[in-house]
Amino acid sequence: MLPIQIVLIFFFIFAIGKVVGRVRAKEVSPRAAIFWLVFWLAAGVIVVVPDTTSTIAKWLGVGRGADVVVYVALAILFFVLFRLVVRQQRLERDLTRLVRELAFKDKDSHV
Amino acid sequence: MISIVIPAYNEEQKIGRVIRGLFEHGWKNVVVVDDGSSDRTSAIARGEGAIVLQHRINRGQGAALETGDQYALRHGAEAVVHFDGDGQFNPTDIRPAIEAFQKSGRAVLFGSRFLDNRSQIPWLKRYVILPIARWIHFVFTGFLLSDAQNGFRILTRRALEQIRITEDGMAHNTEIQALVKDAGLTWLEWPVEVTYHEYGQGFLGGVKILEDLLFRALFK
Repeated sequence: MLPIQIVLIFFFIFAIGKVVGRVRAKEVSPRAAIFWLVFWLAAGVIVVVPDTTSTIAKWLGVGRGADVVVYVALAILFFVLFRLVVRQQRLERDLTRLVRELAFKDKDSHV
Repeated sequence: MISIVIPAYNEEQKIGRVIRGLFEHGWKNVVVVDDGSSDRTSAIARGEGAIVLQHRINRGQGAALETGDQYALRHGAEAVVHFDGDGQFNPTDIRPAIEAFQKSGRAVLFGSRFLDNRSQIPWLKRYVILPIARWIHFVFTGFLLSDAQNGFRILTRRALEQIRITEDGMAHNTEIQALVKDAGLTWLEWPVEVTYHEYGQGFLGGVKILEDLLFRALFK
């Protein structure tokens, strides 16, 4: 086994531990937890048996297995980033509205 | 009734004089929106007799203006003047601007420092930064005002009802112009004097505005 494989496996175990912790604390829904568990387990399989990605790569018409991983990861990352930005903007807007309503309320109670 | 709306963030040094200047010129409804200042801006503004609304945390100049606009609308303002809290505008400019505005029958008045020669504009601003800002505005709004970055505005009640500022930061200026255009509101430009105390937002401030505008284009 290559050192990188060992490092990554430990990282995935750590990540799965985090997911389990979040579920126990009820901060993550069971549905989301299943998604992340499958995600990290799949990552583990790819790291332990790198040939799995070669099979997928061949099937998709991409040259190397590692390239498939990079392409898919980038696509997912950008999608997640987009969603985060949209959500953050909504939060900012809600926060401003809240601050504004508080300002009106404070004003009315001070008259 | 005409309300003067002043967004203010840490302006304890200047806000008092600005409010006194407005009262001396006969303006009664002075609404100061303290945007989460950490200094005595609110206390001083209240002491001078202004109506003070306080944001508990800092949300940006656009957010403060919108708060002032909504307050003025709720309290029956027929028109709102946007004025600066750091003393860069001249209160004597308001009366003639209002008169010209009412005579024109337009919905929005934009102040401009380029329509007369009273404003002493630093040359880098006059010949580099403001022209760039003007063309950026044009790209985002289709508007080519002589002074794209001027916080002096007058809006009728009808215009205010159609304009909701959602750009909390400094990009609200471009947003207001875009909204005026989208709503098909009529407008005019009017000369106002701008006195420079400090450099204003500087180059990085401009970069931040551009960033906000790009975000707006991509995500809103």
